[in-house]
Order: sequence, then structure tokens, then C-alpha cells
Amino acid sequence: MMALPKPLNDLFRPPPTPGMLAVFAQLDTTLDAIKKLRAAGHTDFTVYSPIPRHEIEDALGQPVSPVRMFTLVGGIAGCSIGAWITLWMSADWPIVTGGKPVGSIPPYVVIMFEMTILFGALSTILGILLNTLFAARRAGTILYDPRFTNDRFGIFVPAGSDKAAKVESLLRDAGAEEVRRG
Amino acid sequence: MAEKPTTPTRVTYDYVTRTIARTLSTPSRGYFLLLGAAVALLAIGIITLLYLLRYGLGLAGYSHPVYWAVFITCFVFWVGIAHSGTLISAILFLFRSGWRTAVYRTAEAMTVFAVMTAGLFPLIHIGRQWYFYWLIPYPNERGLWPNFKSPLIWDEFAIGTYFTVSTVFLIMGLIPDIAAVRDLATGWRKKLYALTSIGWTGSNEQWRHYTRGYLYLAALATPLVLSVHSVVSWDFAMALVPGWHATIFAPYFVAGAIYSGCGMVITLLTPIRKLFGLEEIITVKHFENLAKLCLLTGSIVGYAYACEYFMAWYSGNPTERAAFWYRAFGPYWWASWTMIICNGFLPLLLWIKKIRTNITALFVISIFVNVGMWFERYVIIVVSLAGEPFTKWTNAVYNPTWADWGVMAGSFGWFFMWFLLFVKNFPAVSISEVKEVLPPPRAKPSRVHA
Repeated sequence: MMALPKPLNDLFRPPPTPGMLAVFAQLDTTLDAIKKLRAAGHTDFTVYSPIPRHEIEDALGQPVSPVRMFTLVGGIAGCSIGAWITLWMSADWPIVTGGKPVGSIPPYVVIMFEMTILFGALSTILGILLNTLFAARRAGTILYDPRFTNDRFGIFVPAGSDKAAKVESLLRDAGAEEVRRG
Repeated sequence: MAEKPTTPTRVTYDYVTRTIARTLSTPSRGYFLLLGAAVALLAIGIITLLYLLRYGLGLAGYSHPVYWAVFITCFVFWVGIAHSGTLISAILFLFRSGWRTAVYRTAEAMTVFAVMTAGLFPLIHIGRQWYFYWLIPYPNERGLWPNFKSPLIWDEFAIGTYFTVSTVFLIMGLIPDIAAVRDLATGWRKKLYALTSIGWTGSNEQWRHYTRGYLYLAALATPLVLSVHSVVSWDFAMALVPGWHATIFAPYFVAGAIYSGCGMVITLLTPIRKLFGLEEIITVKHFENLAKLCLLTGSIVGYAYACEYFMAWYSGNPTERAAFWYRAFGPYWWASWTMIICNGFLPLLLWIKKIRTNITALFVISIFVNVGMWFERYVIIVVSLAGEPFTKWTNAVYNPTWADWGVMAGSFGWFFMWFLLFVKNFPAVSISEVKEVLPPPRAKPSRVHA
């Protein structure tokens, strides 16, 4: 891993969380493990997958991502800024062109529309970045395996040494091909 | 996303990752030859531009009354090329078309580089490039603001937004794939990809926010792509020039843009698929679907041509009639007929399944599509300005000069240079999305899809 300057390191590399990492070769065994973990009362585990799968989302039962609020607020802000710059700038230096009112709405709709899209898209990106950053900080630095971006699924369960054995047997029962401790 | 049970079993998740990651290995001599050709074209463009800077726009073929010519033609051409990228990546994403996954990254990269190319032309066209920032609303010493009733300012906002949004959309899509490549790479590449994948691990929290955000980005990009070429068309349609002043322009331009863009995607994908050995990921089915999009949009374009001529006749307006007579039978008849044959009649060949599924034939057709679409813009811009009712003020028939062709050649070099650098350094086919349309590995056969 690359060395980062200290403030960046504190932000992006939270302290390590002890726990068990299981590697799964199949989707259905992963889903099975998620159900067993939830039945056993675990809520703070992390599931890795190479692609987004609705089955995983459904099994985890998480609420809809708050990114949509970022999109909405960004879009409304962009539209307002578009209306403001066109109307205010026309009023600031009033020139009659084409016999139209100084502040004429129809041509300004184009600017308002483009600004809605621009600000909506940029705040969506901001929403994704902030939400994933907060989630990563909550989880702490946890074990990862490079196969998770290729063809393996994974589950990391935070567990101290007292619960480790129990979690390991649960994961192996569900069909994990490999369980590691970290 | 729909799973296709017909996919051959050899194409597994691992096969997809490795095949696409292999495209980033040390380039062959053929790649360097192509890159060298692109850079040489760019050099021609840069030298021409330096001449234009030194001696002024008089070197280009401008002659009264044609003051919008090849540079604006190229601008509209490249903006048009950009459109199918977002169509494939955003609109087909909202329609849940599984086939888009194998081709959308190439199309999206093409979009970004085509907008980058298009954006240069208004700057070249204004002549005094160092005043480009006058387009941007900024507080200046005389308290002047841009005229927001002018379509040229709408265009600046539309193209600026389109460039920004399509770039972030491309980067967003790339992040999970860069992470997949990072996990296989070694050496300096691993460092590059570790930095550019910004900590992607594919955890459930990442996917949860990412997929939502991607959905909204697609939902925002969809109206955007339709708006951008509409706004470009209003650069013309808002003026009173016969041949420009038509309400049909916005849908006509959008259809033409998607038509030319799909043509360019076919032109780019054919060599990439061969060079990188992606035959099992980008199949004939994908080419056929692109050809169907060409057929659909090409038919809309052909219909728009017919409408234009019909309206000129049916309006009974003598100037409008004269302008369209000049277009078809005046000194530029060859440009008009190239456009009508390439865009109105050529796509009709794609009704035939044999042609639609023959990649060589599609490659040839796709080149003619782009020749035709370049001439469409040339006809609309140059021939409308040169034609009735302006012929009485004409000093000489307008013809482009070496300066016009030099800059245009440079634009192709610029575009292909960026594109070639991209496909060798970043995954040119989406790794995670191609996997999405494969059946996932299961211990027991799925009840739904078995």
C-alpha cells in the first residue's frame, strides 16, 4: 500500500477492525451466509462482490441510498442558479434585443435546464463519494482480497477473539471456500 | 439486468476480467503505427493553426457571404459523433438493454474525446482565440454580461455541461473496472490504478451508493443528450436564413447525431475487437444492434430530408423554394447528393439481415455514414449561406482551402490520439457490467434461470 500524508491517511485509512474474512465462489452460498449472519444477530458485516446483485441488496435489506437527496438538492440549486444568473445579469445591464423584454423567460429556460443537469450530476458524484467515505470510516480498515473484483464474493464479519470461532464455523457451514482472520 | 442463458459457458467472470485486462498489456507495433499516424495528423493541424494565428482567418476559404464554413461544420460533426455514446450508456441503461454493456465504454470514451475535439472549433473559428473567455459570464471592468437570449451562449452552456457530465459519467463507470485491473496489475501500473480506483473494493456500501448514483446520473444524462444537439441546432434554427429557420431542426439534428455516432462506434469497435481479441465479448449480435440503431435513426434523418424539401415546396415561399432548388441543383449539388445517398438511402441496406450481421460490410457502411453526416452539416451550413437569397452578394463560389482541410485533419488526429491512448491505458470494455449479463456462479442451479 502507498504511503499517504498524515491528514489524508487519517481520513482514508481508519484504524483496523479485527474480524473474519470469508471467500465464496458462488452467489447462492454468499446469500446463504448473509441470511445466517443476520439470523445470528450480526448487522455490521461487509459483503464484497465483483458486480452489484439485487439478491445481495435484498438479503442485506438496507435502506435506499441517500444519494438521491444529493441529486434533488443539486438539481434544484442548479435550476435556481440558472434563473438567477440570467435574470440578474440581464437586469444589471439592461439591453433590449429583438424587441423582447429585458428578462424574458423562454430563452433562459435553456440555461436553467443545463444548470439543473450540471449541478445535479456534480452533487450526485459528491453524494456517492461522501456516503462511501463515511461508510468506509464506520467499517474501519478491514480485510480485503484482490479476487473480489474478479470472480469471488466475500464477507467480512467484525469479531473479537471471543466470537471468532463461532463466526468461522457459521461461515464455513454456509459454504465459504476459505476463511481468514485479521 | 436480464441474464442471458444462451451465453457460452467459456465466458465466465474470470475469463471476462482476464480478457479485458489483457488489452492493457504492452502495445504491439500496429498500435504504435496507428498512434504515430494520429500524432502526425495532429501535427498537421497544429502547424495549420499556427499559420492561422500568424496570418489570420483569411487563409481559410471564407468568402462573402459564407462566413460559417468548415470549422463550424466540423464542430457540429464532432458534437454529433459524441451523441451516441451517451445514448448507449445512459438511455439504453434506463431501458435495461443488456447488450449495451459490451460496447458502452468505447462509446462513452468516444463521446468525451469527440466533445473535446468539437470544443476546439468555435475557438478556432472566432479567430482571436485569446478572447475565448468572453463567453463565460464573469464580472468585468465594464460591467458587461453575456446576452442570454443568444443561442451561442446556450450552446456554450450546453456543450460545457455535456463535456463535464459525460466525463464524470465515464470516470464513474471506470472506477470498479480500474479496481479489477489494479488487482491483477504489477509494477507502476498497479500504482497508477491504485490511485485512480480511489479505494474501490466492491463492498456492499460502495455498490449501494454507486448503483443509485449511477442511475441518477443516467437519468440526468438522458435529457441532457437530447438537449445538447437541440441547442446546437438552434444556433441555426433561430436565425432567419432559408434552410436554417425550421422547427424540425432539433429532432432532425438529434437523430442525425445518433446516426453518425453509431456509425463511429462501429468504425472504432471493428479494429479494437480484432486487435484485442474480444470476439467473444463483443459479438456479431452487438454489431447487429448498433446497425439497427443506425437504421432507425438513419430513417428518421431520411424522413427529415424529405420533410425539408416538401415544406420548401408546400410553403409556397419563393425564397425558401429557391434556396432548396439551389441546394439540390446549384453548384454544390455533389455535396447534397452525397448527403442524401449516404444518409437517406445507404441505411436502407441495413434492413437486410445478411448485411447487418456482416462486420466488414458494416465497417464500410459506417465510414460512408460519417462521410454523409459530415456533408449534411456542410450542406446545411455552407450551402444555405451561399444559396438564395444571398447569391446576388456572392463574389465567388466558396471553396475550402488547405487551411480548412489542415485543421480538419488535425481534429481527426487529436480525436484518435486520445482514443488510442485511452484504450491502451484503461479498460475499453466494462468489466463489471459485462459480468452483470452473465449468469453468476451458483452451487445449485437457479430456480428462476435454470
